[in-house]
Amino acid sequence: MGFKLDCPNCGSRSYHEFWFGGELRAYEPDSSAEDDYRNTWLRANASGPQQERWFHFAGCRRWLTVERDTRDNALRGEDT
Amino acid sequence: MTGLLRKREYLRATEPRTSYDVIVIGGGGHGLATAYYLASRHGITNVGVFERSYIGAGATGRNTTVLRANYKMPESVAFFKQSFDLYMGLSNELDYNLLVSRRGLFWLAHSENTLRLQRERALLNQAFGIDTVFIDPDEVRRLCPQIDLSAGGKGHPIVGASYHAPGSVIRHDAVVWGYAAAAQRLGVHVHEGAEVTGITVKGGRAVGIETSAGPIAAGTVVSATAGYSSAVAALAGVRLPITSHPLQAFVTEPYRPILDRIVASADMLVYISQTSRGEILVGAEIERYNTYSTRSTFSFLAECASRAIDLLPFTARLRILRQWTGVCDMSPDYSPLMGPTEVEGFLVTAGWGTWGFKAIPAGGVGMAELVATGKAPEKIAPFRIDRFRDDRAIPDRSSAGTH
Repeated sequence: MGFKLDCPNCGSRSYHEFWFGGELRAYEPDSSAEDDYRNTWLRANASGPQQERWFHFAGCRRWLTVERDTRDNALRGEDT
Repeated sequence: MTGLLRKREYLRATEPRTSYDVIVIGGGGHGLATAYYLASRHGITNVGVFERSYIGAGATGRNTTVLRANYKMPESVAFFKQSFDLYMGLSNELDYNLLVSRRGLFWLAHSENTLRLQRERALLNQAFGIDTVFIDPDEVRRLCPQIDLSAGGKGHPIVGASYHAPGSVIRHDAVVWGYAAAAQRLGVHVHEGAEVTGITVKGGRAVGIETSAGPIAAGTVVSATAGYSSAVAALAGVRLPITSHPLQAFVTEPYRPILDRIVASADMLVYISQTSRGEILVGAEIERYNTYSTRSTFSFLAECASRAIDLLPFTARLRILRQWTGVCDMSPDYSPLMGPTEVEGFLVTAGWGTWGFKAIPAGGVGMAELVATGKAPEKIAPFRIDRFRDDRAIPDRSSAGTH
């Protein structure tokens, strides 16, 4: 059945309206080459709650951060 | 040749030893093949395969069984050709009828860009001695009259295709059973229902595993757990360049033989074949978000069936029997990840995404040689896990049949 995301601007919408932006990663402006490699390529790929980014391309065209449980796609909380 | 008519050779339930030379985590195609080739090619028989469910429960049992070698990066072409050639002799080698059926595979183009891509693919394949040719729509119609060249009349007609004559289908469960039985005959232990709950690392070296049946020591630990690779690697403190995405497929009820080719569209991202049992098997692309949920969706069924009907109008009259979902371990460049990790003695074969089943024999041969000799053979060396560190990605998305 897929799932719905709560967009803070547009309300509850099907995930088909969003682009997936991947798991949330820290931005470190002064990272070493090794940290750069790890941040760019390696992923936790969590089995459980995951902080992640979505882009509402078919709505407000804003990014949002969501916590989703990757075992059952249940959403825990939404936040911009 | 046996296997089809003979009674199935069941796995013997054995008590795990307290120590193995090699422990393989994951009793799917890649894990069992690695164990089998360790025993058959390198004489390493003190091998334990640990599968948390039943063998072939994961990606190997859920894939869409197409064998092909029409890849589009030189490293991939060489690797998948080796795998295809091994598959062709595998029924004899394992003494198990794998029901290989040569069909011929289309990759249809509906746009100028894809047309160019398929022409390049054919030329690169020919340079490697692989039988892939570039054909026009008339030839598509001649080879497979069931295809609707207008692709449903929705404004994206078929403008050409690459045709890979060796493209085959095979009985996927038999591959698992054949490898497991052959490995067992050589002395390998295959433990079903044995979940690995920990990997013991001492001084930067993997020395054993924790299982539901207690701790077991190991000389080398190999993870072959496809969609669950990130979680298994995390047990050893290793992070992989992998995200796990669901891939769905469905089959219709069985019908008489009606489709003798494998029809795939590079633009519509759908592939259709008829199994040896007569079911029409239809698959499409992965979901873009990562998840471990294997719940199937109606939106997939509707969308995918619509694409199948556009290409092969006769499928509109067929009835769907079942639908399922598997978890794919997608790598950033759509190429496999095989080799050592920063933890000595802990090796990973993963990144099998949507292309792992056809790679089982070559993946197993390569990993077995790597474990036995400590050196990655030439065919798998380019697929080392840390290749992104020095910009040696092997980007081959156009060969993966997904986005």
